[in-house]
Amino acid sequence: MSSAATPHVTAGVPQPRDTPARRISVFLSQHARVRLGLLLTAPLFWLGLVYVVALAALLITAFWTVDSFTGQVRTEFTLDNIITVVTGSLYQTVTLRTVGVALLVTVIDIAIALPVAFFMAKVAGPRLQRILVIAVLMPLWASYLVKAYAWRSVLAEGGVVDWMTAPFGGSSPGYGLPAVVITLSYLWLPYVILPIYAGLERVPDSLLEASSDLGAKTWRTMGSVVMPMLWPSIIAASIFSFSLSLGDYITVNIVGGANQLLGNLVYTNVGAANNLPLASAIALIPVAIMIVYLTAARRSGALENL
Amino acid sequence: MRLSRTARVTLGVVVAIVLAVVYLPLLIVFVNSFSTSVNLTWPPPGFTLEWWGKAFQNPGALEAIGTSAQVALAATAISLALGTLISLALQRYRFFGRDAVSLLVILPIALPGIVTGIALNNFFRTILDVRLGLFTIIVAHATFCIVTVFNNVLARLRRMGTSLEEASADLGAGVWTTFRFVTFPQLHSALLAGALLAFALSFDEIIVTTFTTGSGVTTLPIWILNNLFRPNQAPIVNVIAVVLVLVSIIPIYVAQRIAGAEQVQK
Repeated sequence: MSSAATPHVTAGVPQPRDTPARRISVFLSQHARVRLGLLLTAPLFWLGLVYVVALAALLITAFWTVDSFTGQVRTEFTLDNIITVVTGSLYQTVTLRTVGVALLVTVIDIAIALPVAFFMAKVAGPRLQRILVIAVLMPLWASYLVKAYAWRSVLAEGGVVDWMTAPFGGSSPGYGLPAVVITLSYLWLPYVILPIYAGLERVPDSLLEASSDLGAKTWRTMGSVVMPMLWPSIIAASIFSFSLSLGDYITVNIVGGANQLLGNLVYTNVGAANNLPLASAIALIPVAIMIVYLTAARRSGALENL
Repeated sequence: MRLSRTARVTLGVVVAIVLAVVYLPLLIVFVNSFSTSVNLTWPPPGFTLEWWGKAFQNPGALEAIGTSAQVALAATAISLALGTLISLALQRYRFFGRDAVSLLVILPIALPGIVTGIALNNFFRTILDVRLGLFTIIVAHATFCIVTVFNNVLARLRRMGTSLEEASADLGAGVWTTFRFVTFPQLHSALLAGALLAFALSFDEIIVTTFTTGSGVTTLPIWILNNLFRPNQAPIVNVIAVVLVLVSIIPIYVAQRIAGAEQVQK
């Protein structure tokens, strides 16, 4: 983009008036770095101040301690909280349980999302496709809490699952970890279907036809053409379900019975126990897990697809 | 790739079953909102309109809807401005630290909700020493809503290219004029889609909200959480959930119409 005031201006286009605004505009159009600086200032100020500082403070708070008499935070450096969290058997068990639930939820969601997204993108006609997108999106607008609560009543003793499986001698799994996995898989399913659907939309039909013209059977086309193109979308989708499950503590309260996940430990320590340093130390566990996960995801180029 | 008839039918059946399971709990919420049972026994023992009448006169619920709308509108407005700026910077310029900035935008949503929640709680309480309340919820929500606007605008900017903007500059338009009359009109629908998502995300957020709200400020999800386990309130919660799903059809329909109209134009 060059400045406008050139001698080539034809008679029909009047010379722009030389106002201060015009001068600023010309200056900006000649200095890309200044434009970039102006664009970035506000967002970086916000994200830097609110988020980076908050995360850094979280890290620092984890090394502080709470005075057991006054309940006030003492700002002295100590490794006590970190040691408690790393070596305490409660924290180890809950971390393994939380990661297990998050992984299981992610695997279930991807397994369900793949055929659904494939049908939406490659089998359904344009009209059905639009209806299906709406059908998948709509549950997102229903309150998260109400959906979790709906599962509570579905899985309740004498609830719908009992009612439907009773004639076959079955019964509801009741409240516990299986109920947590079912409910979380249900809640995050749309977040997993949509990125995979978008990824499949980017796979041109002509490639699939070329593959079959070259003699590949359906499964071969899936394995050698569709999947390599779809990987980044699948990983992007998995970030949602994994991270959302890792940080959830409310679904566990509603359908999880007496089980605790990492989120519950953090919440109790912020609220009832009023031990912010310990809560910060516990919160560093999911941060560490997500850093590993995101670094792995970055290699595959999935972050571009989020 | 030509799928066999059996494969197509099987896929169709799978989709139908998945959708049935997705809508079953919503259907149960709908049915229970008319049930005479207060602790959600199945099948419902009788039919009543009592809860629908009570829900519309419940001051707590109505006030919570107002608070949530306020928070969501403010958070959406902030994230629209910041998300547009940052997507313009990242899409139109190459600079040192570009990857770090794009990671920073994604981080509030990629990190689990409790992390964002406790980090902001700690930041507001111990570092800034501000009282938790409406303001802190809005700041928290805006922070993780930026990414939805960012994603939509970024995708649009990629498709737009820069030729129209260059033409505008060659014809003598200043930086602001080009943005106002060339770039912005093309971003319209992407901004609307991003805003809808941001609004929905904020309206339904509960985990970060529980960490950043103060006493006396009740958003709708917090009101629902407080009332979910009260026998005489649970059916009213069902009614409000049904109303929200029904109301949500309007924005989804609008978004689809815009997407459809754009496909026709191409």
